[in-house]
Amino acid sequence: MALDLNHIRSLFPVLHQEVYGKPLIYLDNAATTQKPQAVLDALSNYYSKDNSNIHRGAHALADRATAYFEETREAIKIFIGAKESAEIIFTKGTTESINLVAATFGRKFINEGDEIIISTLEHHSNIVPWQMLCEEKGAILKVIPISDSGEIIFEEFEKLLSSKTKMVSVVHASNALGTINPVKEIIQAAHKVGAKVLLDGAQSTSHLDIDVKELDCDFLAFSAHKLYGPTGLGILYGKREILEAMPPFQGGGEMIKEVTFEKTTYNEIPFKFEAGTPNIGDVIAFKAALDFIDSIGKKNIKAHEDELIAYAQEKLSAIKGFIPVGTVKDRVSVISFGIKDMHPFDVGMMLDSKGIAVRTGHHCTQPLMKRLGLEGTVRASFSVYNSKKEIDALAEGVEKIARIKNK
Amino acid sequence: MNSIQDIQEEIISEFEILGDDKESTIYYIMELGGNLPEFPEESKIEENIIKGCQSKVWLTASEEDGRVQFQADSNTDITKGLISLLIRVLGNQTPEAILNSDLNFLQKIGMGNIIGSQRSNGLVSMIQQMKRYALAFQAKQNA
Repeated sequence: MALDLNHIRSLFPVLHQEVYGKPLIYLDNAATTQKPQAVLDALSNYYSKDNSNIHRGAHALADRATAYFEETREAIKIFIGAKESAEIIFTKGTTESINLVAATFGRKFINEGDEIIISTLEHHSNIVPWQMLCEEKGAILKVIPISDSGEIIFEEFEKLLSSKTKMVSVVHASNALGTINPVKEIIQAAHKVGAKVLLDGAQSTSHLDIDVKELDCDFLAFSAHKLYGPTGLGILYGKREILEAMPPFQGGGEMIKEVTFEKTTYNEIPFKFEAGTPNIGDVIAFKAALDFIDSIGKKNIKAHEDELIAYAQEKLSAIKGFIPVGTVKDRVSVISFGIKDMHPFDVGMMLDSKGIAVRTGHHCTQPLMKRLGLEGTVRASFSVYNSKKEIDALAEGVEKIARIKNK
Repeated sequence: MNSIQDIQEEIISEFEILGDDKESTIYYIMELGGNLPEFPEESKIEENIIKGCQSKVWLTASEEDGRVQFQADSNTDITKGLISLLIRVLGNQTPEAILNSDLNFLQKIGMGNIIGSQRSNGLVSMIQQMKRYALAFQAKQNA
């Protein structure tokens, strides 16, 4: 089913503006997606009608806010196919979700000589927390190599697995290249040696249908702001038995059952991991983002984005001097590239002057860029509201820029 | 010999011709980068890199007949264009003139809007480094 793009675009106020006197073409969706009016309304409604602290207040507003807050948790449960909403923990973002697991699971279950496996494709936020843990515990970080096309080499991953492997933490879809990893196979192989698996779903959750029960991942980390939701809100899914076995993350209100100066007992999950007043307004507004996705349908979104990616590849590949980076067919809607003899910064800035927003640089994946022998790339990333017409403008812009050095 | 202020006026009028068109302005700055003299590969070393720039910028300076000569390069063309503007203004001037200069052309041509805040910080670092060289040569002259 073709999407009604005019209707979808009408729901996003930010898209209807000019930059430098030219219509905005927003192709930086892997960094953050724009927000539909319904999300903005939900934020405004919460603060104008329901604002109050949740779970404790003995009054009407607190009841309403608590109910809406927990409705979002329930909606996320359904969105990712979790068994129960207690397995959904609210954090600040994907980064905090990964740090939470590294800090708590790591504190209890990772010991000297244990091994943690990540891949070459990882974002810094799925590298540094594990490095910190390894340093603290004397554990060892192992890295799955990738092919030149940007895919992890599965046989090499299998060779890294052993009884020492305690955690495999890999990106579901690469933010820099778009590569979708064979996570189901990774999870199965890791479970065979008794390791737990965390998926960095920052890029995958907005594009792929995800069912954590079917995948059987132990953790899934992602961010609301890449899913048409507000910034500053992340989600950590974890299997109940693992979350229960983990010590708390931060101490404070909400996460306790009973506090005496001698000893504190902790609350049940998910509250055990949600110390302090949470990001109530953004959590409530995120429900509107999930409803927006539902109203269009994940499959329709994916089909539209696949069409855009195929179209962009076809148009851009025809340009003299165009160098694709990451050539995997199975990918989310990210296209990374370079222009012969030009620096990505220059290309990005020139595109910006044409009103086209892309990202340039190392995309917080410096080890990946080093592996590919690049300083950085230009990255265009598409979302449900992007059109072929916008890709025509991108291709036209890139063509004109490339011609400077590629006559 | 044109004074720093004369050269700044020249640049301001050149940018006035470009008007508000961001695209032509960026292309123009890139083009300017092409006019930078060849920078020796052997000088592209860590100690010549200007800290605080998003892209790599190498800068060296020498003194000839009491005037400071700058040589620079960058891995990005826009940055090369920016530093070529600075060299056009501050190059071949006396250390005193460089140290006393007020680079008001940047504000007048709206450089902050053209290149954005992140690159503007880089530009400030370049100017600081050029003034540091001037200070060193001044100290040498006075020694």
